[in-house]
Amino acid sequence: MNKETAADAIEELYREEIMDHYQNPRNFGEMANADASYHDYNPVCGDEITMQLKIENGTVTEAMFTGKGCAISQAAASMLTEEVKGKTIKGAVAMTKDDMLKIIRINPGPVRVKCALLALRAMQKGIVQYEAGKAK
Amino acid sequence: MRLNTKKIREDFPILKKKVYGKPLVYLDNAATTQKPRQVIQAMDSYYESYNSNVHRAVHKLSQEATQAYDDAHEKVAEFINAEGIEEIVFTKNTTESINIAANSLARHLKKGDEIVLTQMEHHSNIVPWQQAAKKAGAKLRYAEINNNGELDMQQLHSIISKNTKVVAFTHVSNVLGTINQAKEIVAAAKEAGAISVLDAAQSVPHMPVNVKELGCDFMAFSGHKMLGPTGTGVLYGRKEMLEKTEPMLYGGDMISEVSFEDAKWNELPWKLEAGTPNVAGAVGLAAAVDYLQKIGMENIHGHERMLTRIALKRLQGIKDVAVYGPKDAAKRGGLVAFNLNGAHPHDVSAFLDAAGIAVRGGHHCAMPLARLLGIAGSTRASFYLYNTAEEAEKFTETLEEIAAKLKKPTPIPESRK
Repeated sequence: MNKETAADAIEELYREEIMDHYQNPRNFGEMANADASYHDYNPVCGDEITMQLKIENGTVTEAMFTGKGCAISQAAASMLTEEVKGKTIKGAVAMTKDDMLKIIRINPGPVRVKCALLALRAMQKGIVQYEAGKAK
Repeated sequence: MRLNTKKIREDFPILKKKVYGKPLVYLDNAATTQKPRQVIQAMDSYYESYNSNVHRAVHKLSQEATQAYDDAHEKVAEFINAEGIEEIVFTKNTTESINIAANSLARHLKKGDEIVLTQMEHHSNIVPWQQAAKKAGAKLRYAEINNNGELDMQQLHSIISKNTKVVAFTHVSNVLGTINQAKEIVAAAKEAGAISVLDAAQSVPHMPVNVKELGCDFMAFSGHKMLGPTGTGVLYGRKEMLEKTEPMLYGGDMISEVSFEDAKWNELPWKLEAGTPNVAGAVGLAAAVDYLQKIGMENIHGHERMLTRIALKRLQGIKDVAVYGPKDAAKRGGLVAFNLNGAHPHDVSAFLDAAGIAVRGGHHCAMPLARLLGIAGSTRASFYLYNTAEEAEKFTETLEEIAAKLKKPTPIPESRK
């Protein structure tokens, strides 16, 4: 990709869709009786995300988040809540870094990739915790 | 005297670079500075014509390299008005310098002793002391900052007592920009019988610093923040202090005599410089000192104050901008940290980057200070001798444009069953 111009560089990182999700986050808020709930943060940049899921028969039926931080981390969380609905928890846990980057359709570069992955990691930790709780 | 930035800029090849097709505006000098060709050429010349190990071989190249390496110590000693090369230890950065001091002083600490730091320290002047305190069972105490981002001197004096063994503090804060009253703090430490350690990473590169006048026992700074190559730093110690300093690394060049059972240490400063040193770095650092001295540290300080004044004034004119540290440029080093209300520093820096403006966004290795200020981080612009008034203005103008784009309404959380 040609990143030679300033407009390209910034547009790539902050596409309209990213800015839209950042400024008008979807599924933003708290869920009563969530099955999986996990708060994660990145101490280095102060980004925070709480991901909550409703799970029925091994499938995610509802996803919500709250948080604060940079546009990339918050937009990624918002987009992930839309994407994960209807996925099996097995599929959700198996999602990779590349899967997440495909959802947000940006290349955040080595420094900010953690911002893009924060919501995914929080969700996956939440599911692992949920399954561990069920196994008891 | 006003700096001729046009002429100065010609010495810095990187400043001709374009990023994303725009001229580079480099405002991340508190992290590391760019290098003039005089420094680059001095290092090339070492590698091309007298590359050799130092202090051992009698061959010609080694003699030349040894001379250059020792001369670099001499030059740095003169630059900060130290007694001589026995007071100048070359390290890789400020962090290593502080660690050498902390590691050695830790051996003399005992339970009940206190180490006084300030709330505005960089991690490199906190973590080594935390470890020293843990080993000895000593206690850390913090001098507090007031609303203006300056040290509360009254409170500082009140926590220095007969239990205080070390007072370690920054000369210029890398976030607030505050220039601390180093002379007064060193004197207070001395009166209490404590050892003073000055973190001069943000002062020595930017203003005249005279160790005799300050009276500090130790002082640490980085060569790469003052036009020198990366991998260069300095630990200054009063001779009496360095004589008592235990090495952190053991091995070659730091010994005078070794038997199968034991070893005797070499003379200063070499006992604290184990192993083959960064000779090219030292040569580059010496060239950097030459360059700075030619321009004059007082002139550099004045130039940065002018840029800081412009930036402060313009930033205060932008709606929703919070600036940290003293409002008066005369009380500050050449850096300004700020937040755009509601926007994350990483977003602000990314948008500035797209305009070719390099700044730093984050906690600036001072997490406790950020927490104290109630922020996750800030965006910081830091100046140096090659920055121009136009650049300071371009930075603030770009920021004004960004402010509108990054505005985020506070989302209203839903509540679902």
